[in-house]
Amino acid sequence: MGKLKFSKDQYLKWYEEMLLYRKFEEKAGQLYIQQKIRGFCHLYIGQEALVAGAASVLLKDDNMITAYRDHVHPMAKGVTPRAVMAELFAKSTGCSKGKGGSMHMFSKEHRFFGGHGIVGGQIPLGAGIAFADKFLGNDNVTLCYMGDGAVRQGAFHEALNMAMTWKLPVVFIIENNNYAMGTSVERTSNITDLYKLGHAYEMPSSAMDGMTVEDVHFAIEEAVLRARKGDGPTLLEMKTYRYRGHSMSDPAKYRTKEEVEEYKAQDPIQKVLKTIIENKWASDEELETINNRVKDVVEDSVTFAEESPYPEASELYTDVYAEADYPYIVD
Amino acid sequence: MRTIQFREALREAMSEEMRKDPTIFLMGEEVAQYDGAYKVSQGMLAEFGEKRVIDTPIAELGFAGIGVGAAMNGLRPIIEFMTFNFSLVAIDQIINSAAKITSMSGGQFSVPIVFRGPTGSAGMLSSQHSQAFENWYANCPGLKVIVPSNPNDAKGLLKSAIRDNNPVIFMESEQMYGDKGEVPDGEYLIPIGVADIKRKGKDVTIVSFGKIMKVVLNAAEELSKEGIDAEVIDLRTVRPIDYATVIESVKKTNRLVLVEESWPLGNISTEVAFKVQKDAFDYLDAPIKRVNCMDVPLPYAPSLIEAFLPNIERVVKEVKSVMYRK
Repeated sequence: MGKLKFSKDQYLKWYEEMLLYRKFEEKAGQLYIQQKIRGFCHLYIGQEALVAGAASVLLKDDNMITAYRDHVHPMAKGVTPRAVMAELFAKSTGCSKGKGGSMHMFSKEHRFFGGHGIVGGQIPLGAGIAFADKFLGNDNVTLCYMGDGAVRQGAFHEALNMAMTWKLPVVFIIENNNYAMGTSVERTSNITDLYKLGHAYEMPSSAMDGMTVEDVHFAIEEAVLRARKGDGPTLLEMKTYRYRGHSMSDPAKYRTKEEVEEYKAQDPIQKVLKTIIENKWASDEELETINNRVKDVVEDSVTFAEESPYPEASELYTDVYAEADYPYIVD
Repeated sequence: MRTIQFREALREAMSEEMRKDPTIFLMGEEVAQYDGAYKVSQGMLAEFGEKRVIDTPIAELGFAGIGVGAAMNGLRPIIEFMTFNFSLVAIDQIINSAAKITSMSGGQFSVPIVFRGPTGSAGMLSSQHSQAFENWYANCPGLKVIVPSNPNDAKGLLKSAIRDNNPVIFMESEQMYGDKGEVPDGEYLIPIGVADIKRKGKDVTIVSFGKIMKVVLNAAEELSKEGIDAEVIDLRTVRPIDYATVIESVKKTNRLVLVEESWPLGNISTEVAFKVQKDAFDYLDAPIKRVNCMDVPLPYAPSLIEAFLPNIERVVKEVKSVMYRK
């Protein structure tokens, strides 16, 4: 089995990363109910392997872009939990200075190109980021995430077509959690094997289990290698599940309790934990240390966010244009 | 000075900038092998090669977004729309991505991109190929919007647009590409956001921009025959708008007529009129008037087009009305 390829350290890293993503999002959900986090809030709980399995492949200068379920991706690129939590709190110390919020995390330093709020809008952007890298002659690769709903948008098809025609170094990753908000994949098209959409553009395309971090890693590794060699894009359909509703305001009445439980039984974090325990790679105490560390990091991010200031009112007129002296209409 | 066509002025602007900055590229439908649907990019594929002059499929949403993504990652794209009428299928990427990413990212990402192409009517093309979008894009913070009226301005402003670190909408006209005008031999830039007084006068201020400036300047000549000395201001940029030049002129002439190829509700004329009544109310000797398109989609028949568009006769009539002359 290829799974033996990974070291004890990698498994422990995956476990800690995914646990952090899970605990961070659980905390974000609680804080949303307390109205400390406002706006829309889309949690990644259940889908952690899709990002952890990429983090173990990507190099520092590789790029990532996604839609609005975007709290976890920037952390995988190196953005601190503090900066993401502060952004959720709308604080000036947030990774978008309190101007983006839950749906618009950004970090130029860590080559995380956002958090985009229009379904599918980030897909041409991802192709364009890759276009620039190819144009400039470096070997960076862009991971462009999207939900299953996005593949029904024209932007998806236009971007895939051009990315394939021009052999752009981009990997399109469908986070197929089976529901576009409340509408199941089967209700939106005759094509329910979403990876097959890539075949229309003769793009290497495949589907995999997105609840198993090793499978995610292998798929992304192969696709990234293809892109880095100059052989163009890949479409990956990762079958996953979000345990929570589409957003915090969604009670998810469109699916059964049994369905949710069925997926929870395949939990990506529990699977990694099982491997660690079976191989005796960590004692109970060592696991407890990790759990506590994650808990501390999440608590620290909340404290940091709580204690940070909101942006000053004068910030309204910064960052809209590249120059500071744009003549805004102020009547 | 030389006399060159509007399309040549645009081409010179792009080519001069591309020779200096290897991160600039031109992308759009028929820009490369076909040499440009309106021959703006004629010869550019031959000079710069297919890496930098790029034909796209007919997928405006896709290539507009690819341009924005490329701009976020170190390039300076020029995206040509065969007409801004087709930009409607790309408008999500222009408004939601290009215009907002700098702000949403707290200033981390700039989007130095130019979207250019013709706007407005261009003969008997009926409703879907005849719309003016200047005020649509001008409404959106984060963008700059340039609408030149002659080859000289077009070249100097396009060069400034390409060098600008913000997304710039640059609007031309199929009916201007063949216009000839004097252009300096050497390199020059015209700053974005500065209006130009195209005709000095003392009796009335006429404000306009873009292709319809031709109508305004001809109307001013007609008016001069009747002893009315009109000052004609070409805004050249409609975001930001150079209000100061307009207000200075109105303080001198005390009368204002706005001429714009646009539907009347919430257009540039409305905006300038608001500003003038607020800042120069005591200087006005007559109500502000405007000459716009009629409040309907533009039909095909020439008789209906004549009734729809601003023309010399309508401009002369409104100027006389603010002069209280018959």
